[in-house]
Amino acid sequence: MNASSPLLYAIQFVLALALAPLLSGIINRIKARVAGRHGKPVLQLYFDIAKLLSKREVLSRTTSWPFRLGPSLSLAATLCALALLPLGGVASPLQCPGDFVLAAYLLGLGRFVMILAALDTGSPFEGMGASREAAFSALAEPVLFLCFLAVIGTASNMGLNLDLSLSTMFGGVPAQGWLHGRAELLLIPAVLFILLLVENCRIPVDDPTTHLELTMIHEAMILDHSGPNLAFILYGSALKLWLFAALLAGMLVPAGVLWCQIAGYFAVVFAVAVLVGIVESVMARLKLSRVSQFLGMAGTLAAFALILTQVR
Amino acid sequence: MVCLLVSLLLLGCSAILTGGIALLPVTARTTRAANIAGPAGAVTGCLLGLYAAAGGDWSAAATLTLPWGLPIGSCVLGLDLLTRLFLLPVFGLGAVCALAGGISLRHTDPGTHNLGAHWFFYLLLLLGMALVMTSRDAVMFMIAWEIMSLAPFFLIDFNDGDRLVRDASWVYLIAAHLGAVLLIAFFALLWQQGGDTSFAYLSTLLPGRCTPVLFVLAVLGFGAKAGLAPLHVWLPEAHPAAPSHVSALLSGAMINAGLYGIIRSLDFFGPHHTFPAWWGWLLLFLGLATGIMGILKAMAQTHLKRMLAYSSVENMGLMLMGTGIGLIGIASDNAWIAVLGFAGSLLHMLNHAAFKALLFLCAGEILHAVGTVRMDQLGGLQKRLPMVGWLFALGAVAIACLPPLNGFAGELVLILSLVKGTALAGVENQLGLFTALTGLALISGLAAATYSKAYGTSFLGEPRTGFAASAVSPAWPTLLPLCIPALVCVVVGLAAPLLFANVADTALDILRLPLAQRAQAEAGIASCGAALSTTTVLGLACAALTLLFVLLRRRRLGNSPVRPASTWGCGYQFATPRIQYTDASFSEPTAKLFSSAMGLKASRQRDDSYFPQHGQFVLSAPDRLRTHLFTPLFEGVERACNALKIVQHGKIHLYILYILATVVALLIWGLHA
Amino acid sequence: MSALFQFLLILLMLNNLALAGVSRLRTLIRQVSVQGVLLALLLMLPGAQQFNFEHLLLAIAVLLIKGIGFPILLRRTLGKISGDPQVEPWLSCGLSVLACMAGLAFSLWFEGRLPIQPGLFPSLLLPAALMTLFCGLILVVGRRKALSQVIGYLIAENGIFLLGIPLMSEETVWFELTILLDVFVAVFVMGIAINHISKTFESIDVGRFCSLRD
Repeated sequence: MNASSPLLYAIQFVLALALAPLLSGIINRIKARVAGRHGKPVLQLYFDIAKLLSKREVLSRTTSWPFRLGPSLSLAATLCALALLPLGGVASPLQCPGDFVLAAYLLGLGRFVMILAALDTGSPFEGMGASREAAFSALAEPVLFLCFLAVIGTASNMGLNLDLSLSTMFGGVPAQGWLHGRAELLLIPAVLFILLLVENCRIPVDDPTTHLELTMIHEAMILDHSGPNLAFILYGSALKLWLFAALLAGMLVPAGVLWCQIAGYFAVVFAVAVLVGIVESVMARLKLSRVSQFLGMAGTLAAFALILTQVR
Repeated sequence: MVCLLVSLLLLGCSAILTGGIALLPVTARTTRAANIAGPAGAVTGCLLGLYAAAGGDWSAAATLTLPWGLPIGSCVLGLDLLTRLFLLPVFGLGAVCALAGGISLRHTDPGTHNLGAHWFFYLLLLLGMALVMTSRDAVMFMIAWEIMSLAPFFLIDFNDGDRLVRDASWVYLIAAHLGAVLLIAFFALLWQQGGDTSFAYLSTLLPGRCTPVLFVLAVLGFGAKAGLAPLHVWLPEAHPAAPSHVSALLSGAMINAGLYGIIRSLDFFGPHHTFPAWWGWLLLFLGLATGIMGILKAMAQTHLKRMLAYSSVENMGLMLMGTGIGLIGIASDNAWIAVLGFAGSLLHMLNHAAFKALLFLCAGEILHAVGTVRMDQLGGLQKRLPMVGWLFALGAVAIACLPPLNGFAGELVLILSLVKGTALAGVENQLGLFTALTGLALISGLAAATYSKAYGTSFLGEPRTGFAASAVSPAWPTLLPLCIPALVCVVVGLAAPLLFANVADTALDILRLPLAQRAQAEAGIASCGAALSTTTVLGLACAALTLLFVLLRRRRLGNSPVRPASTWGCGYQFATPRIQYTDASFSEPTAKLFSSAMGLKASRQRDDSYFPQHGQFVLSAPDRLRTHLFTPLFEGVERACNALKIVQHGKIHLYILYILATVVALLIWGLHA
Repeated sequence: MSALFQFLLILLMLNNLALAGVSRLRTLIRQVSVQGVLLALLLMLPGAQQFNFEHLLLAIAVLLIKGIGFPILLRRTLGKISGDPQVEPWLSCGLSVLACMAGLAFSLWFEGRLPIQPGLFPSLLLPAALMTLFCGLILVVGRRKALSQVIGYLIAENGIFLLGIPLMSEETVWFELTILLDVFVAVFVMGIAINHISKTFESIDVGRFCSLRD
């Protein structure tokens, strides 16, 4: 069952902070292997962050405070959002009713300041990235809430004493539902995976490795960042990836023996990274106008899951 | 109560004083005198009023009956929790906007404006709003409502040399009076049912056959003031035309009167448990439609103040949604949903007053410094007006409902009330609330996009025009009035649990729940309180972590100076400010998706020669409802009236014949009746 | 077993959503064949506790006709017409999906209000069947190409067939088979008609049928 030991949570939280950059290493390694290359070291992102932290910065003359402050604030907001999540079935000590709203809006705060930081440079490319990010995240928000609602609906139908917190919703107990034949619950991880791809700017939505700034979303926004600020941004993205993978794990790993659940959680998180790597290898980037359809599809699936959880 | 009376008297006396100044021949001296007497009276009156509303015991209710000279109605003033709550923005913004207005009008040319008249109507508006919230009699309420509706006409018409401003004030006047006609019908029907006009008596009425009609009349009549779609058309005209301190007051305090009216009139429809469920659903989905329409139209605007006006429409939509949720909760006997719905609505009303006033006042400073508030002509203002920029950014974060500022608190309460939809019976009810919640999430996502656009294009990047490049920051004392709502945004955001406790008391007072449901309501309030406390904790943690990262960055960078360079143009060396993303290009991805709802109109002129010389692309977002519904409607009315001009031919002897015919007809009718 | 049955029903509903949302005729046909296979599987499951030969036979027949036969026929027709591979919607694909969802919500609401003998329909079967019916009708109404209308008709028939499953006893098995044959003939005839149309008008755009009036 749900252990709520703060110590265990703290250990897992620190592990999440330490292991988050590993995910992007795994993704890159999978992509390289599929393409028949050897690929970068798995720890590449750690090296990058360490290198960037010791570098100086180049600042555009156009910029003002959002450009300087944005990455720090964004990283802080992501950290706070992550602290609300149950990790490996251990409830967050900060859990409270409605903390899923808080977590979603904290991510929104991070995005808001990054959009401002992009507009601060006055570059058309960064403006382009920012405008796309604003539009797509506005669409992703209702989809995320539909997912939360579907989980809440399941939990209340299972007769769970629901306190509307992330720790109960993604703590493993509602996840038991799909073991007992509630197949619609498996749609929620699917939708969350799509959201992960959208929010972390992964391939069918955005190609972080393309050479054309015109087609980018997130990478175009951070063209001008350098030094420690860029390190913050890279680390923040890694944490965000971990956050969404942890949400997926919370929906897939049912509650049980605690250490099994924790092991399952880590397994799912790394499996998600592998899956992202495979998706990135076999898919091409969607046309920008198709991204909204992609999100619409995710929204439809989430609404479908919600309707089914409500009637059963 | 006495304090409130003194405050009202003070406002009245200052109004008479400034009215007297207005009647004198306008000179530099009278202008200065009016500009001192008006704000001074308003600020003192408002501070006293604030003390009366917020000081002392919050839950104490009192009434005061004064002599009244008219044959119907009576002069009864009352203070209860609802009134106290709605008086806070009235008096709070009354004082702030008076200060800001006094400062911004201090160099007014006596030849063009009569400031005495301006402050006279400003004080009259304050008086009218305070009376609307406090009066406890239908006749007195309508008189106060009329004062409150008429005074803004003269305030909006301040720059009456401009044809657009005159048009806007006429649109306002007509909309206000069409709303008032519905309200007169509403109160006349009520009066006919009961035979007395005092609220105390009307609230004892039992539901009758025409109660649904009364409800619809109230929603439409009060909704016209609140900016409920499709009756919102006056807002985007009036707010850009008015001086900024007036827009701030109208948007932050006056349109709340519509919400107040709807909530107050719930008392007159009989006991709460008899309310049918469709009332709640009607308000909820009207609110949702208003919200989505408002934010999409806001996203489409180039004019900053027009954008803020549409955003007011959106926020009123959220508040009406809250009221609708409350009614659904009442109808389905779910105290959690009911109390949190009303509490969310009221909390958002208070928060909206703070950040919307802040944003309008900032827009006023931009107008003063640059000369225009069209976003496509601004840019780079953060470096030129740093203080205004910070204040605007604060307001933008607050209005985009991002934690830890105050806008988030209201949205959180609304979402928590909607989430409890799982407890309702029936799939359609659950799905209805969930649809509303999804819509709310979409609105908040779009609001974040809209305000990042507003701040980003006006304040960041390079100035797009020479006017913006040569903007000069106002002296800091002139920005002091703006700091008050900014401070409220931060303090309320961090101390949200405290304010929420008072708001929840008010919601409980509106609901008058039976004892059996008390526990459920308390549980809801406790959950929300816990969530808001966590928000405060995480907000502080977020700030601390940010500080930590900033210090870390500074340490890593050491003393080595940051190397300045020009923005990376992907290899292009000759970038000009004109290649920046503008507001229109920023909203293009959204506009592609919601083009029909945003109602964008593009007109382009292309030069297809090999070396194009001119080319023009203009994007505008006219209000479809206005151009496609109201304009044809009023043109039709005008045609019908013109057709009736046959009887108005100017021949006096025939006019006398009309009178004779009428008298005879009335005599015959009287005989029969 | 019931969990597996529910899982298949959910897959069927997702399949309906996909049918409403796809924009290429070839994918549409593939999805139709998936639906046929799902129907056959569904038919095998509920009778598993009192397994009988007729059910198996019917399931095999459904698999052969709906899962394999029709798709091959349709694909052939498509190959013969060799026109534009898009479905050319009147109602855009997104709106069709939304309409399909609305159909699902309506059927759930309807199921709650319908006075049916409890236990007759396994949970979700009635909404799934009605949703399939609606999805078929949406395709008939909302698509321009005659071929996609035939497919719509086929899907609607699948929905009716699904409704019949719980009502099925040994006598009605043959009744169902006749329905299947009926449809087979109908599709066959329409297939010929389409061929004819494509030869005569160089198009299978039903929008031009209106020129045949009088």
